[in-house]
Amino acid sequence: MPFNTFIRLCLLPLAMVVVAFFLLPMVRLVIVGGSGDLGVGAYAAILFEPRFRATLINTVMLAVATTASSLLIATVAGLFLQRHRFPGRALLVAMLTFPLAFPGVVVGFMIILLAGRQGLIGSITLPLFGEKWVFAYSIQGLFLGYLYFSIPRVILTIMAAVEKLDLSLEEAARALGAGPWAVHRDVILPALRPAFVASGAIAFATAMGAFGTAFTLATNINVLPMLIYTEFTLSANIAMAAALSVGLGLVAWAALALARSFSGGTVAAAG
Amino acid sequence: MISIRDRLIFTGQLLFTLLVAAFLIVPAILSMLAGVTVNYFQGIRSGVTLQWVIQVWELYADTIARSFVIALSALTVTLIVGIPAAYALHVRGGRLSRVVEEIITLPLAVPGLAIALGLLLTYGGFSDFRRSWLFILAGHVVFTLPFMVRSVMAVFAAIDVKTLDESASSLGASPWRRFLDVIVPNARPGILAGSLMVVTLSLGEFNLTWMLHTPLTKTLPVGLADSYASMRLEVASAYTLVFFVMIIPLLVAMQIFADHKRRQGAGR
Amino acid sequence: MTGGQGVTLRVEACGKTFPDGTRALEPITLDVARGETLVFLGPSGCGKTTMLRIIAGLERPDVGGRILFNEVDVTGIPIERRNVGMVFQSYALFPNMNVAENIGYGLKIRGIGKAEREARVAELVALTGIEGLVHRRVDQLSGGQRQRVALARAVAARPSVLLLDEPLTALDAALRERLRVELDRLLRTLGITTIYVTHDQTEAMMLGDRIVVMRKGAIAQIGTARDIYFSPASRFVAEFIGATNIVEAECHDGMLALPGGRLPIQNGASGAVVVMIRPESIDIISTEGAVLSGRVGDVSFIGDRQRLTVSGAAHKPLLVDAPNSLGIKAGDIVGLSVKPEAIRLLAGD
Ligand SMILES: Nc1ncnc2c1ncn2[C@@H]1O[C@H](COP(=O)(O)OP(=O)(O)OP(=O)(O)O)[C@@H](O)[C@H]1O
Ligand SMILES: [Mg+2]
Repeated sequence: MPFNTFIRLCLLPLAMVVVAFFLLPMVRLVIVGGSGDLGVGAYAAILFEPRFRATLINTVMLAVATTASSLLIATVAGLFLQRHRFPGRALLVAMLTFPLAFPGVVVGFMIILLAGRQGLIGSITLPLFGEKWVFAYSIQGLFLGYLYFSIPRVILTIMAAVEKLDLSLEEAARALGAGPWAVHRDVILPALRPAFVASGAIAFATAMGAFGTAFTLATNINVLPMLIYTEFTLSANIAMAAALSVGLGLVAWAALALARSFSGGTVAAAG
Repeated sequence: MISIRDRLIFTGQLLFTLLVAAFLIVPAILSMLAGVTVNYFQGIRSGVTLQWVIQVWELYADTIARSFVIALSALTVTLIVGIPAAYALHVRGGRLSRVVEEIITLPLAVPGLAIALGLLLTYGGFSDFRRSWLFILAGHVVFTLPFMVRSVMAVFAAIDVKTLDESASSLGASPWRRFLDVIVPNARPGILAGSLMVVTLSLGEFNLTWMLHTPLTKTLPVGLADSYASMRLEVASAYTLVFFVMIIPLLVAMQIFADHKRRQGAGR
Repeated sequence: MTGGQGVTLRVEACGKTFPDGTRALEPITLDVARGETLVFLGPSGCGKTTMLRIIAGLERPDVGGRILFNEVDVTGIPIERRNVGMVFQSYALFPNMNVAENIGYGLKIRGIGKAEREARVAELVALTGIEGLVHRRVDQLSGGQRQRVALARAVAARPSVLLLDEPLTALDAALRERLRVELDRLLRTLGITTIYVTHDQTEAMMLGDRIVVMRKGAIAQIGTARDIYFSPASRFVAEFIGATNIVEAECHDGMLALPGGRLPIQNGASGAVVVMIRPESIDIISTEGAVLSGRVGDVSFIGDRQRLTVSGAAHKPLLVDAPNSLGIKAGDIVGLSVKPEAIRLLAGD
């Protein structure tokens, strides 16, 4: 069999699966999104209809806050873990990366156990402040949940980047008289920028699309995935749900594509 | 020569990191404890029991079995589809290959909800397919395939598989023979890493599955969501415990594998 | 399939333009005799590897180009059915097989039984001097050992043509020198028609029955090592092979007019000419009675002799090789003599 035929045969199953179960559904989604009462206007409604716009802004802000906080937390912890060797370090790293494969629903449950009605935080604050702090079912709870699944991912990327840092750059800066702060500001943090961009984009895209956590905590938090879900199931407004999904997909994809064009490397979301 | 200031900085960072770790790990431990506690509200003093786990087993054994079936099927499909595709994309190169790679990694960026909605809108009318677990499998394959393809392609890029392939062809091996004798054996680390990823992700997949499932095709995470909404905390915790027990070995295997690879890489 | 040890090879009008528009080869035609070792020599990027890959069947020549083994057109036949042996610059040993399995792979593909395979592998192991390594994994081998395994693997199935792409480049200088000698012996023992690609002229001159000097995708000269060394067809070849002096001067009455004197030449040319003089064909003589003289600039010791630069003799400083016994230091005024037959007139650039 000629080599080119073989290569085509190798790609055939992929083409079938991707076309049938991804491309076709996506095209259908876009078409359905523009075929409701509003027609193609459904896409404009995401931006101009106050209810949708408020949700969109809410979701984006939540995702931005999640991204910024996880980057901050992961940088401090990641730099620390990669720069020091001490007993128990491996365990600590394992603990920080352990929730990597938790589905969103489980993360939601973790937040309930922390800040729910029977949660740990409540049972600590009750004797201390005389009231039970319960915020799992609010936007703060959702934020905590998003942090919960972003931190492990971002930490992994940043630790890998720190490991690859060229130590001689740092040494050169110190030889030139730079103190620890200056070294961090002028050498280490700039060198980690590609990792920040890559892992930040992943955190952002994942937070935009996260459904499981919101679903578990769900009472009345307005985020885009929940809105899509309720439009689809409760209001049976299928066209609007489709249009919103397309919008959500575009925002998440744009974040990753943008990050990739910045860092030139490979940026992919996970889970 | 460690100054007091360095000590303070070290301690501060350590405490911070411990706090973050606690945030991640404490609720997981709480849930494991809750799953074997007679009454969570009264605490562990109320006694240790397996009754919740047994109850979970009675209620949800089918979801666990189904999740495994779907995960292993997804693995089979991604192996059959992904390895040849990774090979073809790698040796072919060029712009078209990059476009194809971009397309198959799109499901990583597009939220599961959108993919699920698309699948529902496209295949909702085929009621036999819609009602079977194969519908969920289709979603899981789309979602996990990029991990297999990328993982295998990463190995190909690292070992210069193109030259190995040419060298086997110069020795007279046909494309198919080369694929079996040289390509697949040398892609093994990537295949293994990809497989672990696919199984782990499929077992925990919720976003797609929640939209695609029917009352008769519930998977483990779907059952979890169910129990979180409608069961007492102890049962929900016991169910979560079962999930942890299933997923932790996979995570540990991945960790060991990554460490092993790092050490090998450092040894070079 | 073309069988048997050693075929005649014909490359006919083979050019190569890559899809991105890179013109890697101008149409090239050449013949290689049965059992001959032909070396492609040239600077980086001149198209040597491309030529080799076209002969191997890994690339197709542009339309009109043909490759013939024993006068049979094999252009459309894929590499796996051409019965070639190939040694890659990176060796491309299969990491999933041990040494014996690597060497025996081509035999296994050809359906040769286990016993015969083992016998043949043992024979090659002995021939290439890698006894005791057969059960090693390939990542446990040194560079030189890998090279030998790659060679053994390439010749195990008695290929019609053996193709080697810079097989020694990945090795350090000392090892390269030793393996060059071994390779020469081996190629002569095997008697396979061999195409050898290198950018190292010493390697080319030692191993090649004939050498093809390439430049920018075209043939600059084909000939034996002596031809190319002593009678370069162009200034490019002269400069590429060995250290040399290229002298531009006016020529009148069989004498080359230089700033430091006049040199008799054989050729009856006149007017502006370009000639080549090898450093070793210039002798240092006393200034008295010398037709040409100059001042010594640098003196560098290069092992078996010393190399001087002498300025003032020609428009540019001349490289001159002198025996170590000659006591010369920078600043000395010396006389130079060159035999007329050692001055080669060069054409073109
Ligand atoms: N696949 C390709 N696509 C486009 N251009 C190519 C390709 N392969 C080689 N070239 C170009 O063709 C020209 C000849 O390349 P080739 O590899 O034959 O050179 P070479 O003489 O073997 O050089 P070296 O000594 O560096 O190995 C170069 O300019 C190279 O960039
Ligand atoms: Mg080359």
